[in-house]
Order: sequence, then structure tokens, then C-alpha cells
Amino acid sequence: MSKLGTIGARLHRGEISYDFIGKRKIWFAVSIALVVISLGALFARGLALGIEFKGGVEYQTSSVKITDDTIADVSSAVKATNAKDLGDPVVTTIGGEKIRVQTKPLDQADIARVTDAIAKELNVPTAQVSTSQIGASWGSQIANKAILALIVFLVLVFGVIWIYFREPKASAAAIIALVHDVFITVGIYALIGFDVTPATVIGVLTILGYSLYDTVVVFDKVRENTRGITGSNRYTYSDATNLAVNQTIVRSINTTLIALMPVGSILVVGTVVLGTGPLKDLSLALFVGIAVGAYSSIFIAPALLAQFKEREPGMQALRRRVLAKRAASTSKAKAGTPVAAGAVVGGGSATDVSRLQDKPKSSGATAGTPTASSRPVRPTSGAGRPQPSRKPRSKRGK
Amino acid sequence: MATTTTSRPGRTLIILGVVLVLLFGIMAIAKSWEPKLGLDLRGGTTITLTAKSLAGGGDVTAEQLTEAKNIISQRVNGAGIGEAEIATSGSDHITVAVPGANQDSLVDQVGQTALLYFRAVYDAQAGAPVPTAPPSATPTGKPSTTPKPSTPPKPSTTLKPSTSATPNGRAWSSVLGAATPTPTPAKASTPVPSAPVPSTPAATPPAPPVNNGDPLNYQPDAATQAAFAAYTCDKPAPKDEPGKPLVSCSKDKSTKYLLGPAILKGTELSDATAGIPQGGLGWQVDLKFTGEGGEKFLNATTAISKKPAGANLFAIVLDGVAISTPSVTQPIPGGQAQITGSFTESEARDLANVLKYGALPVSFDISEVATISPQLGGDQLSAGITAGLIGLGLVIIFSFLYYRGLGLVVVLSLLAAAALTYACVVLLGKTMGFTLTLSGIAGLIVAIGITADSFVIYFERLRDEVREGRSLRSSVETGWARAKHTIIAADSISLLAALVLYILAVGSVKGFAFTLGLTTLIDLVIVFVFTKPLVTLLARTDFFGHGHKLSGLDPEHLGVERLPGQMRPADRPAAKSTRKPVGGEV
Repeated sequence: MSKLGTIGARLHRGEISYDFIGKRKIWFAVSIALVVISLGALFARGLALGIEFKGGVEYQTSSVKITDDTIADVSSAVKATNAKDLGDPVVTTIGGEKIRVQTKPLDQADIARVTDAIAKELNVPTAQVSTSQIGASWGSQIANKAILALIVFLVLVFGVIWIYFREPKASAAAIIALVHDVFITVGIYALIGFDVTPATVIGVLTILGYSLYDTVVVFDKVRENTRGITGSNRYTYSDATNLAVNQTIVRSINTTLIALMPVGSILVVGTVVLGTGPLKDLSLALFVGIAVGAYSSIFIAPALLAQFKEREPGMQALRRRVLAKRAASTSKAKAGTPVAAGAVVGGGSATDVSRLQDKPKSSGATAGTPTASSRPVRPTSGAGRPQPSRKPRSKRGK
Repeated sequence: MATTTTSRPGRTLIILGVVLVLLFGIMAIAKSWEPKLGLDLRGGTTITLTAKSLAGGGDVTAEQLTEAKNIISQRVNGAGIGEAEIATSGSDHITVAVPGANQDSLVDQVGQTALLYFRAVYDAQAGAPVPTAPPSATPTGKPSTTPKPSTPPKPSTTLKPSTSATPNGRAWSSVLGAATPTPTPAKASTPVPSAPVPSTPAATPPAPPVNNGDPLNYQPDAATQAAFAAYTCDKPAPKDEPGKPLVSCSKDKSTKYLLGPAILKGTELSDATAGIPQGGLGWQVDLKFTGEGGEKFLNATTAISKKPAGANLFAIVLDGVAISTPSVTQPIPGGQAQITGSFTESEARDLANVLKYGALPVSFDISEVATISPQLGGDQLSAGITAGLIGLGLVIIFSFLYYRGLGLVVVLSLLAAAALTYACVVLLGKTMGFTLTLSGIAGLIVAIGITADSFVIYFERLRDEVREGRSLRSSVETGWARAKHTIIAADSISLLAALVLYILAVGSVKGFAFTLGLTTLIDLVIVFVFTKPLVTLLARTDFFGHGHKLSGLDPEHLGVERLPGQMRPADRPAAKSTRKPVGGEV
């Protein structure tokens, strides 16, 4: 674990970094492919809608001794009730001792008779048979409300992120990433054929909040790294964003892991103990969604943000300056191997990179351009007092 | 120097402790230690109804929904089911939650459409059996053009004017005011009264008990009379069939009525309002009828007004209950009427609401009926608790492995959050009737992750600050200054999601959204008043402040050579480390 911690530190300093932004085209392509596959699966296969979306009656009972004949016996017992519009009852066993029967919508009296028949056949008290009776329009009502909630939420979130980051482009990037998450989650449902129930819909809606949680954390760091970036010509917006992603990746992974642990335990317990039901459906959607959300907040959302921002004239000018300077410094120093993100220009000192937003650094190989002059001097922290500056290692006493 | 911003962490912690003690103290006083569990956790039947307006585009107004809820409450209570909870949900849903399994008849009963009818009153008696009072049908001496059709043939006119003639002194009256004492001169209404009135005397005198289909000509037969005599108001409300006579009770069950077949339907009303007329003193209810309804109303009032005072009652019946029985003394033309009498404001508004509801009755689709056996409920509860404990355990193990000593902060913070959440859920159940459902439990478990994520954000930030060369104690402050913005932003988004879900979604989503929102708020509180002060305090200790190997803040773990502001661990004089980890060295 401590190694992991060291990796975190090296990521922070930019010693190791993955060029998320530079390789964004690859990841965009991956995501577009995933979304296309998802949409294709959705249209080709459709979703395995649960009984809640079709209407019908579901009976469930537990603590039953299940033999090979149980399913056939229960099925014939249900049919023997001759309930009106019964159709073919679907009898399934769940786990070792649960039976689930699904029928078409029935009258109240018929439901009672079918319940009695099942209870009698399985030799359990009638009160032990749980029933769930769903009108045909219930599922579409839930779906409609969910879509309404989705739209309202997206609009509100667009506003909130805009206000918080004072940047509509951040809102756009976050929302695109979010929609991408929802599409892929739904696509996975269509591909694998998981049952879609109202609980699944809740799960998908909750992903909204969660996926954004991660994205907001990354964007917060991006904002910090790019504050006053145009005053310098050491980093392009993409460089600063990439550094931010690398600096927050440990955080992203940790928050995702920690979020997945309780959700995973609901999923496992819900599946093993209850077999089926809202717990399983909800947690499955959350599990898939949180995982996809972590991917998008690392690979997609910041890259989108950088893509949008790099179109601004100011950022393009910055990019030209930075590239020109890099070209000059490589030809002069003939040594520096310019990798995309930080750690390069500063020539060693770890604090250079991570402090790029803190205060202008006068020392280091980059001297020559008066970068400091154009940047306003701000208080560096909430402590409201000047921070101690760190002297080069050689000048520090051991 | 770091102490300038660490505003007494100890005090904040004590305040939180006091709040917690208070909350649990309230729980102790209220003697409620357990949250109110939903029916999916303890067994029972939950019926979700979707209300649809019979007339109009299918949308229901909030008033209609509330009225529908009241009607359903009456039905459920009338069926003698205790502990039932009826609530509106969203814009068009009503949920009925009944503990205990198998309420098949209830589903049918609850799902019926409640309709409003106007019926003539033929007899009224006290709701409990009482000796019949002498008939005291005092003719009002009205210059009637036709013989009174109803009074002579009535076999047992047991009307007691004292109790029931004009209950609360209510009376129908014409909007056109006292200027129309006799309807006949009115131009528009002249043809109308003539139509039914001649038919009435023709039909009634020869064979009084024959009901020839016209509700105005109805006369109760012997069987109906007997049923009426035997009926008492403590029995369940009878089925309200418009074409048949009805035995019904007043809302307070003090009086029972024998009512004729329905004369007017509620849908023939177009509007009803409660108000005080200009220059008037008391509250009254104004009604407007549709064109056809207005004619029927005129016919009915014409016929009923000919009955003697005390027998001239025209009842408003909703869902089998006689809501109001005002008397009629004159025919009321013009499609508008008033009910006057000694109304209080709320009585008038209630009556107007009932009438409005009657004008646009609501039908119910049975959207979902879930009957959970107590056994399955128990299974789901224990599964939820197990999942929660496992999830909590995993998060704690991960925190200790990754953050070492800081894992202690995670555990304590989660415990504090758990205590606060538990108290809130219990107390909200007690005060607001919040019930914890399975999806609510799922929300609580998911929240473990969200809560712990806030700590991760802070800790990672803290480590970043140390990596940037700050001392530990100043990092605790500067890291917090930055982390708190991120935490607030991220939590606001979570809160927004929960809020949107709670407001817009239906069914079990609500429980989930509620607990998720609640725990996100609690997470914010805990991070601010517990986690941060705790870290501040711990940073002052030798173990954390000097970056002990197991503290999670040791230099190697953080990836720095050594913590600023102190010597390398190896160089440090082991015995007397009196040096405080003061930041900002030279």
C-alpha cells in the first residue's frame, strides 16, 4: 500500500503521468464506439423489462422445499384455478428455497385464488405468499417520471456547475460525460439482458449524482491548476488539465472503490440472500454506473473540457507561446525530453509543477521570461497569510 | 501559527457531542429507539393508486387529489382497518399502506370511483335506533297549484323536524334571491316545471309505492322501509347505486336518511365555491350547474319544495355518505343555487370542495399492489442490515489499509454520521411519519460510500499539501480550505440529484431519494464539525503530527523525503521529542 502512496506522490509531482488529454482522440473513439454499441444493443435487443413495466401479478414465497417437480406442480396448480385471462404462468425458482410465479393481470378474486392454490401446493400458509400486482401503466408512469427527472436534473446541474466553475464549458463537458455514462449503463443492460425494474430506474438516476461527484472533484483541480494560466507560457490548458487528472487519479480511484464497496455488498447480499428484488436491481445499476462514471470522469470529461477550452483564442495563443518556448528551450538546452505534462520544463524540482498555480517561481531553468510580472499575487491559502517559501535543497540545512 | 485558523476544534466536537446526546435524549423520552419500518420490511399491503380525472384531460388538481385521499381514508376506516396510512404522493398518486397480509377486498373497495349524487330525502331518523317521533308534517300553507305528491302516501313519515328538518339550518336558495318566490312567472323556467309536475299527481295517487323510473316520483317500498328501520349508522356504508334508493348516514353518523334514487349527478355541477356574499354575514356555498343539470335541479327543487317543511330535504351524497341535507322551500331556476345556513368557514370550504370534487370526479387505476409476507419483509430487513454492515466493514478495512492511522478518523466519522443518521431517521419517523423502506435502507448504504468519499477528498488534499512542502499542521488547515470547496460542490450535486428524485419520482424512489439526501446533508455536517476538528486535534499529537509510520502521514507514505518542520525520523532524538511539529521553518 505504501508503494501505492508513493505512486500517488509521484503522480502528484508529475514524475509519472499518463497523457490522458493528449490521447483523448483514442478515448473519445473508445467512448463513441461504446455508445454506438449501447444504442445498437438497445434498439436491436431492447431492454428486458420486468413485470413492473408490462403489468401482471407476481407471487413469491420462501422457505419452500424444492424438488424437481416443483415447477411443474405449481404451474399446473395455478392453471387449475381457471382464473380468467390467466395465460401461461411463469414459475421460477430463486436460490434453494424460493418460488416465484408470474401471471398476467387478474381480478382481485382470482389473485386470491391463485395465491391460495400456490400456498396449498407448496404447503405454506397463505400469508407467507407475497404478491405484487402491477397495473399495465405503472411502468410507463415510472419511466416517464424518470425521464422528466433526468431532464430537470440535467438543466439544474448545468446551471450549478456553470455557477460553481463560472464556465459553461465545464457544464457542457460534465453533462456530455454524464449522458455518456447513462447510455453505456443502459447499453450494458440491453447487452447482458439484466431485468429492468423500477429499482433499476432509481439506480440509473442515482448514477447521475454520483458520476458528477467524481467529475466535479477533477474539474476542481483543473480549475486550480489553470487559474491565471494565460499569464504564464509554461503550460497549455491541456497540459494543466492533464496534470490535474493525474493528480486526482488516486483520489478518483479511491472514491470510486469506496463507493463501490457498499454498493457491491448490497449487490452480493441482495443476490445471494434475497435472490432477486429491488436491492439487487438497484445495486446492479449503481455498480455498473459508478464504474462507468469513474471512467468518464478520468478519460472523457476533462478531455472534453480541454477540447472546448483550447478553442478559445486566448488558449490558442497560449498554446502557440508555450510550444514556441518549448521549441526554443529544447534547441538551447538540447537535453529536455518534452513529455506532455509537467515535470519537464521545470527540470527537476518537484515543487515547480505542483505549485504552478501558487506563485510564480523565479528559480529554475525556465528563467528568462518575466512570467511573474503578469500574474497577480494572491494569498495562497485559506490561512490568509504568506506561505513559507522553500529554498533549493542545496541551500537547506540538513 | 497554524492555531490562528483552528478555531478551537475541541469546542466544535463538544457541541456535536451535546447535539447527539440531546437527540438521543429525545429518543429516550419518546421511548422510540427503532425507526418506523415500511411495509416491505415488516409485511403488509401497499396499494398505489393513480388518480385520473373522469372529465377533462385526465390530469387531477391538488384539491381533487386531497379530496380523493379523504374519501379513501373514509372507506378504509369504514372497513374497520386500523393502522392504515393513506398519503398522496406526487401529483396524481395515492398510496394506501395496510399492515398485515391479504386484503383482497380492500383493493376493490379502495379503487372505486367516488361519485357525488343529489337525492331527495324521504325519511330521516337518528343514527342509533330511537322511538319514532309523531309525524309532524306541518304544511307550510304554500299556494300550491298541484296536490303535494309525496306527503299523503308516505306510510311512516317519521321526520323529526327538531333534529333533521333543516340540519344546522341549512337551506337551498336561489341565487336570484327573494325576488323569485314563485317560479311560474319566470319566463325561461315556465315550461320546465310544468313537465314533471302534472305527471307526479297522475302517477302517485293510484299506486303510491310504484316506482316508475323517474326518481322524482320515487316512493319507498316496504322492503326499503324495513331495511331503513333496521339500519344503524355504525354499520359499514352501503353501496351507492344511483338508480336505487339508498340508506345513508350523515357524516357525523348522528342521523340516518332514506334517500330516493339519484336525481342529479355530481358531474352535472360545473362549479362550487365557498364565500361570504356581498353584504352578507355568514359563509355560504354557491353552486353552478351545467345547462342540463340546471334544468334537472329546477325540476327537483320544484317537486321537493312542495313537500312540507322538514320533509323538503335535498341531500348531497358522496360515496354513500350524506354530506349535507339542506331544505328546499322554493323551486330554484337559473342553474345556480346557494346553500345557506350557519356555516363556519371550514364547513363551507369542505362542502365546496366535496361539490367541486363531485363535479370532476376522479377515477383510480390500481397501479401497484404489493403484499409482502412478514417473512419476506424480515428477510429483506436482515439482508439490508447485513449488506450495510459488510459495506461498512469493507470501507473501514480499505481506509485502514490505505490511510493507516487516518483510518481511525474514517471510522470515528462514519460512526458519528451513523449515530446522527439513526437519530434523524427515528425522530423523523416519530414526528413526520417517515418510514424506512427497503430502498431507503439501500440509500443509507450507498451513502456510506458518499460520506467516506468526503474524507478521501480531504485526506488526499492534505497529502498534496504536505507534498508541496507544507508542514503537517499547516497542511491540515490549507488542505481543508481547498478540500471544503470541493466537498461542498460535490455534495451539492448529490443533494440536487436526491432532491429532484424526491420531488419528481414516484413509489419507492422517494424513500431512496430521501435517505440519500438526508445522509448527504449529514455528511456535510460531519465533515465540518467532526472530521476536520478531529484531524486538527490529531495533528497535534505526537503520533500523527510527527508522521509515525502507522499514522498514514509518514514521509515515505506521502512520498516526500521527510516532513517539513522536523528532522528525519532516523535523526530525531528518540527519547525526548519535545519539539512540536511547527510548520513554516526556514
